[in-house]
Amino acid sequence: MLNEAHQIPSHATQPSFLYRLHRVIDRLIPHLVLIFFTVLALFPIAMIVINSFKKKPAIFGQPFALPTAKTFSLIGYETVLVRSNFQTYFLNSIIVTFLALILTLWIGSLASFALSEYSFKGSTLLALYLSFGIMIPIRLGTIGILRLMVSLNLVNTLTALILVYIAQALPMTVFILTQFMRQVPRDLKEAARLDGASEYQIYWMVVPLVRPALGAIGIFTMIPIWNDLWFPLILAPSAKTATITLGVQQFLGQFVSDWNAVLSSLTLAMVPILIFYLIFSQQMIRSITAGAIK
Amino acid sequence: MQTTQARKPFPTHIIVFLAPAVIIYTIFMIYPLLNSLRLSFFSVNDQKVATYVGLQNYITLLTNPDYSKSFWNAFQNNLVFFAIHMLVQNPIGLLLAALLVSGGWGRRFYRTTLFMPTVLSVVIIGFIWQLILNPLWGVAESILEFLHLGFLFKPWLGLPATALTTVSLISVWQFVGIPMILFYTALIGIPEELVEAAHVDGASGWHIFWRIKFPLVLPTLGIVAILTFVGNFNAFDLIYTMKGALAGPAFSTDIMGTLFYRTFYGQQLQLGNPTMGATVAAMMFLIILTGVLIYLFLWQRRIQTYEL
Repeated sequence: MLNEAHQIPSHATQPSFLYRLHRVIDRLIPHLVLIFFTVLALFPIAMIVINSFKKKPAIFGQPFALPTAKTFSLIGYETVLVRSNFQTYFLNSIIVTFLALILTLWIGSLASFALSEYSFKGSTLLALYLSFGIMIPIRLGTIGILRLMVSLNLVNTLTALILVYIAQALPMTVFILTQFMRQVPRDLKEAARLDGASEYQIYWMVVPLVRPALGAIGIFTMIPIWNDLWFPLILAPSAKTATITLGVQQFLGQFVSDWNAVLSSLTLAMVPILIFYLIFSQQMIRSITAGAIK
Repeated sequence: MQTTQARKPFPTHIIVFLAPAVIIYTIFMIYPLLNSLRLSFFSVNDQKVATYVGLQNYITLLTNPDYSKSFWNAFQNNLVFFAIHMLVQNPIGLLLAALLVSGGWGRRFYRTTLFMPTVLSVVIIGFIWQLILNPLWGVAESILEFLHLGFLFKPWLGLPATALTTVSLISVWQFVGIPMILFYTALIGIPEELVEAAHVDGASGWHIFWRIKFPLVLPTLGIVAILTFVGNFNAFDLIYTMKGALAGPAFSTDIMGTLFYRTFYGQQLQLGNPTMGATVAAMMFLIILTGVLIYLFLWQRRIQTYEL
């Protein structure tokens, strides 16, 4: 917006040197501000990753230096892999996130199809009921959830986490998918019906047509599940069922004074989600901004 | 064709489509929430017998010094936590969005990196900043010394006067990408012609932003504000990771989420109390619901008339 500030005055034939200097500065300022904030965002993350590959004296002696042949060390990673159940935590996180995601998309798309396709008594009310959970966080019912899981004998199981995460993700999923499914042309479905397709077959015809929305919802459902600390801490804190976020939290608590191990475990916990983010970031950001470009 | 669909009273396939979602959502979200609210009207004695006590738990929470001191402290801290997000995170988000819209090259790179901390776990972010600010490692101190500002350095996280602000700013650092991307979406949605016309009329960039673009992003400001509000009054992970369930030093970083956890599970000398925990959760529910209702009925309605 800064560089739009200056219009060439209609009477000026040749822009003066001062004017051009002014324009260059105006163009530079936004970049300087953006670069400042980019460095601020990256710097702490980079410090952790870089220092996780160094020997302890180098971590404290030259924290800003890159590891060299002399200071390079993987001792922290060895500690993490030997002394913690990182592999188990990792596997647990993958199982929980993957199953919760798939089931949310499946169950959510079934409901969205019904809400977008049929008008029946109470359909608006039902849509309203389902969207209540968009704004009200599921955490507020934690005591009720814990009691329920105790009575269902599901405490310290991954199933408990999966069920809660599906319930958590459904409201937003149904809300967004219903809107997308409404945009699927009616003629297409009517033609299929004339050909004798059942309602279930029509559902399976519509699902691939909203694939971009499913992808976007999938990404935004996964991240909070993968990162959650609250429900693993309360519903499944045992060593066998801990997820990566809880596992790292507990490991760091125990190894607070072992800097190599702390830095390595933080790096190990960050890297998968960062790789995932870098692969999907364009699609993710596009899916948010898509609404505006239409 | 459509009429044959609508005339059937309640075809089984609609039930089949809706049942899984409605059942899971009702059993694992709505029922526990109602059950938890119900529990806040009960008291459990040593024999584990629950008795209905009406509003007694709420009265205890708000007036009995054993509870009310921590409650009002946590509530006040949570308001400060929210205020810092509104005053720092959201204006910076708007600034970054405005710069992204105007900027030429590198837009994609900036966008991607600025949003990056948002996708990381709060637990990781909490530990990263704990290390960066740790006087033992001295990273933050060295940077300030490099800028000749070394005298400013203090163990901010350990001092009751600065801990809450520090934790809030770390949360701002992590989540600034969300308002940025939402404002960015709103800004690129503004029709070119509108801005062009103002240009032709000789309006300055500053003027164009405040008089034309800003009113058009007001609905987004409302969404950002309510998302911040709900997120802040439901926060827990960051404080728990950085300061533990006791939210030290001297409860100076205690917010509703940590108070809820502590009341429910108990900590040190205090025994866990499920019914009082449920009462804290119910208060959080009331606070968040109030915010959402204000947003839906006051803000949205005003914005609609504004657009007309």
